[in-house]
Amino acid sequence: MERVLANRKYIIIGFFALIGFFFLVRLFYVQILVDKYILSANNNVLRYMTQYPARGLIFDRFGKLLVYNEAAYDLMVIPRQVKKPDTAALCELIGIDKQEFIRRLEKARNYSPYRPSIFEAQITRENYGYLEEKLFRFPGFFVQLRTLRKYTYSVAAHTLGYIGEAGPDLIAKNSYYKSGDYIGISGIEKSYEEVLRGKKGMKIRVFDVLNRDKGSFREGKYDTTSVAGIDLFSSMDADLQLYGEQLMTNKKGSIVAIEPSTGEILCIVSSPSYDPNLLVGNIRKKNYTLLLQDTVFNPLFNRALMASYPPGSTFKLVDALIGQQEGVLTPETRYSCPGGFPIGNGKVVACHAHPSPLDLAGGIQISCNTYFCRVFKSIMDNKSYVNTRAAFEHWRKLALSFGFGKKLGIDIPNELNGNIPTAAYYDKYHGKNRWRAMTIISLGIGQGEIGITPVQLANLACLIANKGWFYTPHIIRAIGRKDSLNQAFMTKKIVSVDASYFDVVIEGMANVVTAGTARGAQIDSITVCGKTGTAQNPHGKNHSIFIAFAPRENPRIAISVVCENAGFGATWAAPIASLMIEKYLKRKVTRKDLEERMINGNLINGKVPGNEREQRDILQD
Amino acid sequence: MRENRGIFYRIDWVLVGIYLALVIAGWLNIYAAVYDESHHHIFDLSQKYGKQMIFILAAFLLALGTLIIDPKFFSQFSYFIYGFFLFFLILVIFSGREISGSKGWFAIGGFGIQPAEFAKMATCLALAKYLSALDVDIRKFSNLVIASLIILAPTLIVFLQHDTGSAIVFFALVLVLYRAGLSGYVPLTIIILPALAILSLLVPKLLLTGCLLVMALIALFFIKRRLKNILIIILVFLASTGFVFSVDYGVNHILEKHQRDRIYVLVGQEIDLKGAGYNVNQSLIAIGSGRFFGKGFLQGTQTKYNFVPEQSTDFIFCTIGEEQGFLGSSLLVILYVFLFIRIILSAEKQRSRFARFYGYGVASVLFFHFAINIGMTLGLLPVIGIPLPFVSYGGSSLWAFTLLLFIFIRQDSYRHELI
Ligand SMILES: [Zn+2]
Repeated sequence: MERVLANRKYIIIGFFALIGFFFLVRLFYVQILVDKYILSANNNVLRYMTQYPARGLIFDRFGKLLVYNEAAYDLMVIPRQVKKPDTAALCELIGIDKQEFIRRLEKARNYSPYRPSIFEAQITRENYGYLEEKLFRFPGFFVQLRTLRKYTYSVAAHTLGYIGEAGPDLIAKNSYYKSGDYIGISGIEKSYEEVLRGKKGMKIRVFDVLNRDKGSFREGKYDTTSVAGIDLFSSMDADLQLYGEQLMTNKKGSIVAIEPSTGEILCIVSSPSYDPNLLVGNIRKKNYTLLLQDTVFNPLFNRALMASYPPGSTFKLVDALIGQQEGVLTPETRYSCPGGFPIGNGKVVACHAHPSPLDLAGGIQISCNTYFCRVFKSIMDNKSYVNTRAAFEHWRKLALSFGFGKKLGIDIPNELNGNIPTAAYYDKYHGKNRWRAMTIISLGIGQGEIGITPVQLANLACLIANKGWFYTPHIIRAIGRKDSLNQAFMTKKIVSVDASYFDVVIEGMANVVTAGTARGAQIDSITVCGKTGTAQNPHGKNHSIFIAFAPRENPRIAISVVCENAGFGATWAAPIASLMIEKYLKRKVTRKDLEERMINGNLINGKVPGNEREQRDILQD
Repeated sequence: MRENRGIFYRIDWVLVGIYLALVIAGWLNIYAAVYDESHHHIFDLSQKYGKQMIFILAAFLLALGTLIIDPKFFSQFSYFIYGFFLFFLILVIFSGREISGSKGWFAIGGFGIQPAEFAKMATCLALAKYLSALDVDIRKFSNLVIASLIILAPTLIVFLQHDTGSAIVFFALVLVLYRAGLSGYVPLTIIILPALAILSLLVPKLLLTGCLLVMALIALFFIKRRLKNILIIILVFLASTGFVFSVDYGVNHILEKHQRDRIYVLVGQEIDLKGAGYNVNQSLIAIGSGRFFGKGFLQGTQTKYNFVPEQSTDFIFCTIGEEQGFLGSSLLVILYVFLFIRIILSAEKQRSRFARFYGYGVASVLFFHFAINIGMTLGLLPVIGIPLPFVSYGGSSLWAFTLLLFIFIRQDSYRHELI
């Protein structure tokens, strides 16, 4: 038997030899028999020319073109093919000196001696014509068609974002990108990169040693065509955006406007801003550095998503809703205000002079601090929970359902969480079981550790307008087809407060504008519902906040306005919000005096009228 | 005294010579593949070729160490070594590092160590040990089950690491079972099934079924027409027809997207030259442009564009094909086949069953790597990322292959000492 098995070695050896022979035949076929894989004998070179697709366009909500492409040309170099270049002539053609020429060639060589690198980026159409005629004299150099991003209106720089060359780290991580490829770096350009970029193609052409184009390789059989990027239809109203940016001239702050029924963002203004056309093409690096170095105005900082403020009195709306939901507050609940709310140790949360006692709608209208300290205390002292900590945990859960404390998940990068402090935080700060309602009472009037971003504030106005739900705010309403809907934002988010509790809050907000703290925000024939707020600012003058929606029935716009260092919420934020609402709903603004006063107001280095009343700001709204 | 001096006389210097030739050829071609004018020194440690030189020197130390160790050590500790690497294979799933989609790496210092490479050697040892026991007969069902488990355990774990290529290699050990007495139908089926699968994607299914039917009828005509034989042929026919029709489902629902793409590229359904088809096409252009004599060392233009991402590892054969032409690449193929045959013949000469089965294991594993790697580079097999033994860049694979081969060389040298 063993003899027989030993004979199996012949079968195995035969199998090995057969496969080896098979490979030899295949090698013979590929290397000698067919021309299919062979380049002509005089060592021609294949040049793999990437076909860059046109990047997708971006439109505003009325179909106005916001971002488009313009032709430009990149001068490419393959270092290994550079043969004794007539350096001086080429330097002259593109306007650089010999040292710079050597530096760039060295840089390209370091990337790869065999693959094309960009030698001079974004040459304009005029210069290209001149260059093209002379280029045959410089082996190893060739020109590649590219596009330049252009912005029709110089608005919404933070939101639209910009593109730039993919860096070495990214190229190592993502095999799609090669040196010289462009990629969205911020804003919509970044978050919709994969939609906008399209699909690169590849043309393989044969070049002889003299850099002459000998035509497509194998009649273009292996070429692939590029596929243009997909267009995006933004929900942004370019006119409103532009108007918002005008209103915010010489002010630090932000405006966010959302359509409540859909969550579509109508505008996002972050001020100070910059012209998006500054970060385009070969001027981008220089300008970017300049913008980055501007630490006074910080124009690259997107306040609408990345600044987090204590919401001040706007948070009283949240108290009113949670208090009712928790069963410790009804529209009829009345609290009297003796000018402040004592919190022990002789300290008092002060209030301004107003009629007393007030019911809930009145408390909102007058923005009584005492009223809402009492509401917040009753939420924390709710006997349904074993202790303050448990009541707080539940309060926090409800507050998170408003979209606070974590990113809303909007489709613009770099959104921040904001902050709703945790029980664990207070345990650590005060000691376990050593904090009570009185310890954290400032939360009730939206001060202290709490932090909310402008987009979360606008979303608060949105969810009140909708009486308890919202769609995640988003700037892209349709991808590819104008009438399609962005499928990523179709889930309704439900706030953990019953719809019936919203009516009294909305009543209070309407009264704020007609007879309360923000009478400046009134518009003829439109019922605006709003709430002022003032964010304490330990570094300087307080921030002015206003949130609103309008009209009261079937709301079409919800808005938040934050003016940094502007003091009292009613002086700057409320009128600006009111002008924005008028602009959006009526398409033109009739209150020219107010408009002019707002546009010309300089809160950055000018003197703000009436700013001596620093301490009274918080008391008054 | 004589014995001690003897070891180095009794070593199969031909095997060592082929090993050295392959390793040096690998190093030079890695140099050519990643050649860079600004780092033109072949000893430059910042480059792959410099690192490969270090790997090679370490491999030599490993080889030397293996030759000094008492050969009985490997047979006695087979199961322990097997268990040891099995343990590491499992460990690496939980604590390993991910490199290009596969989780099977340990980071030690700056190097990645891939236990799967060493597990092949350990499995050969354990399988040889098991089969060499006097009371084991592979034709007995229980023994076949245990032998299969020895092979399947590491296969499964490596598969879980998403390293499909390495997992497939373990199937090579079926050849060892075949030599031990397993029915020839098993290895035949293992070879025929993938071929049938590829065919069913290439040829219309009904035509293929027709061919199968004709083959079944011819078989029926020639065999002794006893009921049992007729039933077997009908069953085989039905099973293979069923297989042909289930291939589409398997490809579309069981394989992952990148694996599916690679198979479609192979059968020419997907001409996506920037995606999955890109490597193979680049590889063929590079090899084809080498013609008979090749372009000469460092003169390649296609491989130097770095258009094939795994130029120095899985696609190293491209560089050889382009720069050394038909002459050089066929010489390499012949050298490999010669190596495999030499190992088989040498294994047959072993007096110890352990050494013989181990030898078969070594030849099978090396052969599978060779066949899959070059088959892939020549566009005959789907892209499966496994290295070309001794030639491809990489420390883990070089060390594992060196150990694999030199344990056999050591066993072989001991054959004479047994007298
Ligand atoms: Zn009061």
